[in-house]
Amino acid sequence: MPWGEFKDTAAERRIFQRRTLVALLLLWVMMGVLIARMYHLQIIQHDTYTTLSDKNRVQVQSVAPPRGLVYDRNDVLLAENRPVFSVTIVPERVGDIDQTLADLQRILAISEEDLVRFQRRLQEPRRPFQEIPLRYDLTEIEIASMAVHRHELPGVEVNAELVRYYPFGEITSHALGYVGRINRDELQRIDPVNYAGTNYIGKSGIERFYEELLHGKVGYQHVETNARGRTLRVLERESPVPGEDIRLHLDIRLQKLAFELLAERRGAIVAIEPKTGGVLALASVPGFDANLFVTGIGVQAYQELNRSLDKPLFNRALRGQYPPGSTIKPMLAIAALDSGVTTRDRLIWDPGYFQLKPSGRRYRDWKRGGHGWVDLTAAVAESCDIYFYDAAVRMGVDTMHHYLAQFGFGEETSLDISGALPGLLPSSDWKRAARNAPWYPGDSVNMGIGQGFNLATPLQLATATTVMANRGQWQQPRLLNDVLGDHSLEGRLPPPSKDDIILKNQDDWNFGVNAMKAVMHSAKGTARRAAFGAPYEMAGKTGTAQVFSLAQDEEYDADEIRERLRDHALFIGFAPIEDPKIAVAVIVENGGSGSGTAAPVARALFDAWLMEFPNEGEAMVVGQTNEEDR
Amino acid sequence: MALRDFSRPLSHQSLSGPRSFWSALHIDPILLVLLVGLVAFGLFVLFSGGDGRIELVKAQGIRIGLAFFVMFVFAQLDPSVYRRWTPWLYGVGLIALLAVLLVGIGAKGAQRWLALPGLPRFQPSELMKIVVPMMVAWYLSRHMLPPRLSKVGVALILVLLPMGLIIKQPDLGTSLLVGSAGLFVVFFAGIRWRVISAFFALVSIAAPLMWFFGMRDYQKQRVLTLLDPESDPLGAGWNIMQSKTAIGSGGWSGKGWMQGTQSHLEFLPESHTDFIVAVLAEEFGFVGMLALMSVYLLILTRCLYIAANAQDSFSRLLAGALTMTFFVYVFVNVGMVSGLLPVVGVPLPLISYGGTSIVTLMAAFGVLMSIHTHRRMITA
Repeated sequence: MPWGEFKDTAAERRIFQRRTLVALLLLWVMMGVLIARMYHLQIIQHDTYTTLSDKNRVQVQSVAPPRGLVYDRNDVLLAENRPVFSVTIVPERVGDIDQTLADLQRILAISEEDLVRFQRRLQEPRRPFQEIPLRYDLTEIEIASMAVHRHELPGVEVNAELVRYYPFGEITSHALGYVGRINRDELQRIDPVNYAGTNYIGKSGIERFYEELLHGKVGYQHVETNARGRTLRVLERESPVPGEDIRLHLDIRLQKLAFELLAERRGAIVAIEPKTGGVLALASVPGFDANLFVTGIGVQAYQELNRSLDKPLFNRALRGQYPPGSTIKPMLAIAALDSGVTTRDRLIWDPGYFQLKPSGRRYRDWKRGGHGWVDLTAAVAESCDIYFYDAAVRMGVDTMHHYLAQFGFGEETSLDISGALPGLLPSSDWKRAARNAPWYPGDSVNMGIGQGFNLATPLQLATATTVMANRGQWQQPRLLNDVLGDHSLEGRLPPPSKDDIILKNQDDWNFGVNAMKAVMHSAKGTARRAAFGAPYEMAGKTGTAQVFSLAQDEEYDADEIRERLRDHALFIGFAPIEDPKIAVAVIVENGGSGSGTAAPVARALFDAWLMEFPNEGEAMVVGQTNEEDR
Repeated sequence: MALRDFSRPLSHQSLSGPRSFWSALHIDPILLVLLVGLVAFGLFVLFSGGDGRIELVKAQGIRIGLAFFVMFVFAQLDPSVYRRWTPWLYGVGLIALLAVLLVGIGAKGAQRWLALPGLPRFQPSELMKIVVPMMVAWYLSRHMLPPRLSKVGVALILVLLPMGLIIKQPDLGTSLLVGSAGLFVVFFAGIRWRVISAFFALVSIAAPLMWFFGMRDYQKQRVLTLLDPESDPLGAGWNIMQSKTAIGSGGWSGKGWMQGTQSHLEFLPESHTDFIVAVLAEEFGFVGMLALMSVYLLILTRCLYIAANAQDSFSRLLAGALTMTFFVYVFVNVGMVSGLLPVVGVPLPLISYGGTSIVTLMAAFGVLMSIHTHRRMITA
């Protein structure tokens, strides 16, 4: 102890104990403050913080409804949903996108294509916190390695989603259309609530037309997520209402056959059941694999399809507008009879050419030297151009327009075939408006053999053939056969788009049909070889259409040009004559002659439909078990 | 004197019967029971806060065992030994702090650890939490109490020197704890209220100056965040928002052990270290918090009782200061987690996961036990 100071220990103790008392008081008061704070947070503000805590962990997610399935008329699955594992990224939850992508590339094979597509989708407008897919169709190994690494990659998820799958690939692509990811324009159009969980939408074909039916109704689930947005468990679920399953008129066997018959060629086939208007087959060849488009096709693959000279993306059956050529003649024969410009027995001399004025231009017949004396039946059977030049000039354009329009030419008449084009059925009004020129008699001459301005799609030709087969009764072409489940189709369908064609003499229909029969079965019929040996009777008409579309400066190799400058081969027909079961239109681009190329294709379809398939009862039962597999 | 009246019968009780046994061990049974109870409860909370990782609990259990051993050892030494060694310890402590600044290791931008060959890694700043109050107590108890102003000035220098070195690391939390430990000695020594008031006045003037010249940006940010956590909900405010949400959603009785959504779904940061009290509040509710606070209060009260009954000035001042440091620990941590104070890295004593702090804390309790059990049978 330093010198000069003295310690009063009793006093020191007294002071200390007083200070201890103060400290004790301070301590109790301050701990009281903490307890009061806890009371404030835990009791008074409990509800507020419970809400905050729930908002933290509970998220409402929308659940996409499974898309309705599509079956053919025998319940063979044409469009189904397949679970696909994909890697998705929620940009909002990722700190550094570039770093995350780099990390992912070490784990997965990610192509340049994937990256480009991802970056593009990143730029597009989308719902907040919506995941953007990076890679589809992970393998088992990739799924496993993602599971190992996912804790290092916040915002990156492996998702299983149902993705549309078309088991028949390119065979059905043009008939069904396809679904694809919802794009910017569609985002504006769709109901944001019902599509909240949906990533795919029908882009074309029936997928697009019956989108509402196939989509279903969105469901919801409350999920618990952790701080990094990872879903841990489902707390509550309101299941989505699945889309309706639909059955088409299409018969996949006929569709396959049609596809095979056109293999290695370019062309289209439309087959219709005359009684219902149901489309039995709708083939456009070459096709493309619609499955490529579902998850988004790569730029390069798309360019390849798009640039291909064969135009596989082009739906020839619905959008190919060809001059109908001589296939228009049966309809014109009906028109000529009904309008009175000719009679069944009237004979015409065919010297091989036709002149409007004695010294005028000679319109040639396809047959050098002509057919000699021909009546109407022979004119159809032998496809005499002179007879129809004469009849066309006599009728004039507007009479022809009046009748042909009733067969469905010049407009889009289908019930549910989206994307079909109307073709072109000229009239004098049309020519004045579109070409700013009067209708010349020469235009009528060309129109009489289906050339000139006249354009029709294979679907329209098949529709007109159906009307012929039905003897004037209109049937609207349609793909949908039935909606499965307990929903009846009654009241869902609009009334028929056109009236039946009533002729002054209804028996003229039988005359017209007989003329078409003569094409197939008479000694001089143009397609007699195609009908040879058939145990049933059929009606038909051949046609060829000149090609003018090819620009001369396009650089192709010479053989190619020669091949592609050949005429298109056309054929329409139905069978059997009594109670027709099938009406078809066939077009083979640059196929040469209708009788040599297109008619045998139709014959093969008839044979299959009338003779082969009905005897396949056993196989049919197997096909039907598909429904159990769902 | 009121305090003596209630302390007498208690001390008589503890002097009779089992006294001989516990006295021989130099252990205060009451304090021991409270500490063991607290630590055991803490391990339960840690298991949940660490998301069920048993290895965390095992590691912490080993540390706790070590800490109790350190307490036992410290309790064996006579207070006079501490007094004799105090200046040396202080000197060594300062040198160690300097060494940390020069050759220390650390993480997250702060140098706090010293790895000397042959010794386990340790934080010298932790040691100073005991050594600084010891030093001030040693210095003041050599002179007449209450101390003169000049002596208080020297005491302040003794406190500020290590504080400054610790701030340099930078470790604001620890330096404040060290500083408060030293200042509590001055308080217990009986410094006049006038001086205390003047000191607080000075601090309130200095605070704005500190804001502009002394504090680092991240420290300023923490203060701003405290005032308005919603202003930065994804950054620093996140921690406070989430811990308040965890506490508040606990309600009366909590969500149940291992059932806290805030901690288990990783919304709560640092849920097994600094923010563990939020886990406790979420899972055991207000009742659990009340229980925790009660145990802390009982420990603190017992320690102040020990201080009040200590036999010499050095022991008294030291015991009082160590007790109050422990209190500051609790208050700063719970205040921070509940959004009353800015976020400073102070663990919840004896419960948060982490080694150094629990060992120093138990060492301090060892010193307190030593003070209580090494009594000379003469009245001062």
